[in-house]
Amino acid sequence: MSDIKNNSFVRWLSRNPIWGFVVIVFVFFSFAADHFFALQNVENILVQASTIGLIALGLTLVMINGNIDLSVGAILALAATVTVDMQGWETLAFLGDWVLLVAVLAGLLCGTLLGGLNGLIVWKTGVDSFIVTLGAMLGIRGLVFVYTREQSFYASSFAYSDFGSSSIGPLPTLAVLFIACAIVIHVLLSRTVHGRNTYAVGGNREAAVNAGIRVGPHMVVNFMIGGFFAALAGLALSTQMGASTPNMGREYELWTITAIVLGGTKLTGGSGSIVGTLGGVLAISILRNGMNLMQVPSFYVLVVLGVILIAVLALDKHLNRRTAQEPAL
Amino acid sequence: MTGEITPVLSVKDVVKTFPAVRALDGVTLDIRRGEVHALLGENGAGKSTLMKILAGMFTPDSGSITLDGREVAPKSPLEAKALGIVLIHQELSLVEELTVAENVFLGALPRRSFGFVDWNALHRQTAEILRRLNCDFAPTSIVGDLSIARKQMVEIARALTVDAKVVIFDEPTASLTDQEKLVLFDIIADLKAAGVGIVYISHRMEEIFRISDRITVLRDGAYRGTLDTAATSEAEVTRLMIGRSLDYSRNTETVAAGAIVLETRGLSCGDLFQDVSFSVRAGEVVGFSGLIGAGRSELAETLFGLRRPTAGAILIDGAEVSVETPTNAIRHGISLVPESRKEQGLVLGMNCRDNITLPQIDALRRGPFLSPAAELDIYDSYQKRLSIRSPGWRQLVRNLSGGNQQKIVIGKWLAMKPRLLIVDEPTRGIDVGSKAEIHNLIRELARGGYAVIVISSEMPEILHVSDRIVTMYHGRVMREFTAAEANEDSLVQAISGLN
Repeated sequence: MSDIKNNSFVRWLSRNPIWGFVVIVFVFFSFAADHFFALQNVENILVQASTIGLIALGLTLVMINGNIDLSVGAILALAATVTVDMQGWETLAFLGDWVLLVAVLAGLLCGTLLGGLNGLIVWKTGVDSFIVTLGAMLGIRGLVFVYTREQSFYASSFAYSDFGSSSIGPLPTLAVLFIACAIVIHVLLSRTVHGRNTYAVGGNREAAVNAGIRVGPHMVVNFMIGGFFAALAGLALSTQMGASTPNMGREYELWTITAIVLGGTKLTGGSGSIVGTLGGVLAISILRNGMNLMQVPSFYVLVVLGVILIAVLALDKHLNRRTAQEPAL
Repeated sequence: MTGEITPVLSVKDVVKTFPAVRALDGVTLDIRRGEVHALLGENGAGKSTLMKILAGMFTPDSGSITLDGREVAPKSPLEAKALGIVLIHQELSLVEELTVAENVFLGALPRRSFGFVDWNALHRQTAEILRRLNCDFAPTSIVGDLSIARKQMVEIARALTVDAKVVIFDEPTASLTDQEKLVLFDIIADLKAAGVGIVYISHRMEEIFRISDRITVLRDGAYRGTLDTAATSEAEVTRLMIGRSLDYSRNTETVAAGAIVLETRGLSCGDLFQDVSFSVRAGEVVGFSGLIGAGRSELAETLFGLRRPTAGAILIDGAEVSVETPTNAIRHGISLVPESRKEQGLVLGMNCRDNITLPQIDALRRGPFLSPAAELDIYDSYQKRLSIRSPGWRQLVRNLSGGNQQKIVIGKWLAMKPRLLIVDEPTRGIDVGSKAEIHNLIRELARGGYAVIVISSEMPEILHVSDRIVTMYHGRVMREFTAAEANEDSLVQAISGLN
């Protein structure tokens, strides 16, 4: 037993079982679906993964903190709408091409501020983040409809919509952006004080307070990071479409939470990792892509994903029960 | 019925291994009819594991359990209960929102056809059991409204729904008042008279000597011996438990008291405490003695910046300071080891190293990143200094024993290099052996020049570790004693408000 335990690869896999699952589904579809195992398709998967993936990066921090943010889908839509709309503003025409930068920054700022507002309300009122962000989800989506009068906006800058389909070397730009961001957040979480505090606050809030961590501001920062990445995901998605629609990002909060939970983050906080989240995001993207190629009707795809979510978590619970049975002293 | 030689329950050579721990290593135990059999051992000695095996929560790796001459192997608590082995949990496991009767028969509610609950039978049977236990509450009372002692009664009533042959009490008096304890002892005497074999687990020696007939001692998962209570002494039992005798003598060390580190003048915090003035010097241990609610922990929390004082001043090195947040307190060199380590002290799901470095990771950076090497240095040095027993720094704190968890919290705050260390109930829920270690540690810290405040409800502990003792009653300081002039009598008087 000790031989197996000391094997660091096995230990790693037992902490990130989702990666075993990713490999299995990847191999499965490589054989089962035509055109799955091709560079072009892998690129597709990465681009598709980048939207939920970007949201998931920020939301993982919020969830390890023991909070949740249900408003990410709505923030995504608002940020995309603002950025796409501002490109066409007459009043900013004097900026020339620089208007794109201003529009992008404005969209990202929107998301960051709304995330911060969520966090501030959670901190100052003490209302559960589930409730606060549920309200924010409804309210922000409403704002998007007010803003757009239920219309879709089209990007007036060609550079903007070209960005979504561009590549850096062999890799799509959006995939590179996602992977780069994932590395940054992974380092933030595993190597910095803020990251360590994220685990401590989620693991035992009172002990964190006693250790001198300023829990309120800390949580606000994570909500801001969550909002920022939701907005970034909105921009990424709208560059692919060359447009924004008032309904974009609907139910994305649910997809994202599914991916994060598949990746091993607990809803109660205190544990989780970006490596796991990445696995969860890839698992969902590969399943959707593969079933799509096998021409499974999309409704069945939902059924399969739902079953898999529960099955994976049940398996995880089963595997970890033995450690939970360690002597309660 | 009593005096029979064949035991009702016998455990033979039971072995149970967990990953990385051999929790039970060939334990043997006989419970006779109508006896109170105390089971003693330090935390981690294997008492809980053994009881969980008897109650069907764990299955042993090897060994046998014989009940009434028949070998049994309960696989679930329900099965064990049906066999007549009932475990009364240390943490009450009741559903607060349901009635007494529903709780007593939880999982086995009497039924009529179509699965409807037979309320009449339920209430009748519960009333009968409550009468046997001399309970003063109705089957229809809501459990959440009852006092802790009455909840304990409900838990015991559960045991009586089956024909119990063996009842196991796991630390039953931990949360009872003296009055409530007497009621519990009466019930145990009744069960005993009815021929039930009783296993009684407790840390409290005086209780064990009061009610038990025999005592079995476990140490490190191994059987250490069974003694007749009437023919043994506390000293002998302790020796078996920790392998040596425990020194609880009075502190006679004379300190070379240094400069005053902390002083309070007329410190008050609303209703919690008023007009508290005292001082602590470098190299001395000041003990705070008082009853629950005397305001000692609140005073500690105020010194650590968790509460704001409403009047008075805190002086550090003679200069008045304001300590409004823990961060501030830490900067002034004050550290607090809080009362309940699991709720306030530790992040149970984090590893040992990360817990120890938690308050100072800001200072352990290399550029923007944490420095694992610096963190490991700190863990290693405190692991050695406090002899923390853990398989390695990666071990989750959740899996350590109580004594080692407490050492992690102390290590965490020592690592902050405080000048004043406040320790609130340093040995609560810790076994005897680790207690002595922690007491020595506290004395050693004082010798090393720290100013130390110890808050404890255990009088021998206060007398053992303190150089000076401050007594509090209802939020006020009553008297200050030097170690030489204090004794239990004078302390009891002072903390009860009698001058």
